[in-house]
Amino acid sequence: MTNLQLNKEGKLKHFLTIEGLSKEILTEILDTAESFASMSEQKVKKVPLLRGKTIVNLFFENSTRTRTTFELAATRLSADVLSMNIATSATSKGESLLDTIHNLEAMHVDMFVVRHAISGAGHFIAQHTAPHISVINAGDGQHAHPTQAMLDMYTIRQHKQDFSQLKVAIIGDILHSRVARSQIQALNTLGAKEIRVIAPKTLLPSHVETLGVQAFNSIDEGLVDVDVIIMLRLQKERMTSALLPSEREYFKCFGLTENRLKLAKKDAIVMHPGPINRGVEIESSIADGPQSVILQQVSNGIAVRMAIMSLTLQNNTETL
Amino acid sequence: MTDKNIEIPALLTKLEIQLKALISKRKLKNPLMIGIHSGGVWVAEQLHQRLNIQEPLALMDISFYRDDFSQLHLHPQVKPSQLPAHMEGRDIILIDDVFYTGRTIRAALNEIFDYGRPNQVIFGVLIERDGRQIPLQPDCAGCTITLPVGQRIKLTGPNPLGIHIQSFSTEKTVA
Repeated sequence: MTNLQLNKEGKLKHFLTIEGLSKEILTEILDTAESFASMSEQKVKKVPLLRGKTIVNLFFENSTRTRTTFELAATRLSADVLSMNIATSATSKGESLLDTIHNLEAMHVDMFVVRHAISGAGHFIAQHTAPHISVINAGDGQHAHPTQAMLDMYTIRQHKQDFSQLKVAIIGDILHSRVARSQIQALNTLGAKEIRVIAPKTLLPSHVETLGVQAFNSIDEGLVDVDVIIMLRLQKERMTSALLPSEREYFKCFGLTENRLKLAKKDAIVMHPGPINRGVEIESSIADGPQSVILQQVSNGIAVRMAIMSLTLQNNTETL
Repeated sequence: MTDKNIEIPALLTKLEIQLKALISKRKLKNPLMIGIHSGGVWVAEQLHQRLNIQEPLALMDISFYRDDFSQLHLHPQVKPSQLPAHMEGRDIILIDDVFYTGRTIRAALNEIFDYGRPNQVIFGVLIERDGRQIPLQPDCAGCTITLPVGQRIKLTGPNPLGIHIQSFSTEKTVA
């Protein structure tokens, strides 16, 4: 089976999903990101690797963190960045997605970073765009958010090194979470010992175990002895029916509190892809506490996105 | 295959003498010595001591500045450059192990100028070989040698420093 994401030599050309990528490729991304991370501590935070390349951010859904870290990553690689404001663009005048893409192609761009509410939008663009253009998925519907998963893996590796010993708990709205799907795939590929998902039954996909996880409906049971706790945001914008009685009840049953945190290993780290809802999924004091690595995740997002952008553009040897 | 009768201590001494003369001729003030990762750093460590330079040795990894990054793979473990914050107006001694095509020194100069405008830069290498591709060259060299295309010189180290001449199959230039 050919993988759309890989070039003829089997190297990453697009980055659309973790699914189908080898442990070697994921590790190469993490190693490359490590090199870029050290760069952000330098006085001059810019290298000329992607000079002359044009990167277009196509965000059909709102985002602050992801879009700004992609912009910063591209700028630090000396690429030219165009962030399209879709709300005021031709799409809102009825132009189709492919027409928008072909028009941008005619402007000789080199990369699309795409966020879209429809699952598979990144794949669709990668299939139809000119071969010299690389596509990065910055979140598509409920399908995947692979760059977020990789920055989470980077953050875990920073603190825990060896994946094969790790017990990881992902807590919250698994059903609507593209982040959780990509995290689960990445953790399995990198060989994590145990992956637990903790959520009320209404927020777990049916047959979730087939993803290679253990499901828990009680946070007090699921948190015991874990090394990494990943909290997810309640995606109210994607909830079409009454899946939860109330936010207050959700916090009571599934919120991460100081007392519950004690169930995990003493040196467990607490992660959250943001934006966090204080008092809904996580107690404020934990988000700001010593075990929280939430802001490190944000910093790491820049280095990881720099790595993915430079690797994909470097491996895309097709010419105009 | 090794050495070709290249004696490293003798090369270091020759380079040291030339640098000393140039430092005095060009009147370098409180110079900053920078070694280019990795072989250049090992050579620079020796020279830094021999020339009794006060300012701590600075290190530079030019991987991100190379012009052939699309042909070579990004080296997964690029070391951060350790350069002082103020390069503006400084006198700089740049050191590498081998001078070949000139591309490394171009990348190094670009990185230095991203930090500020130095007053002057002098450039010394342990070994200069033929095969220059751009109009840049070292000010001082421990020795100058000619090698067939397809062979390259590799410095091993840091303790002890050794020189190996290797054959490589592709025609890519790497030094």
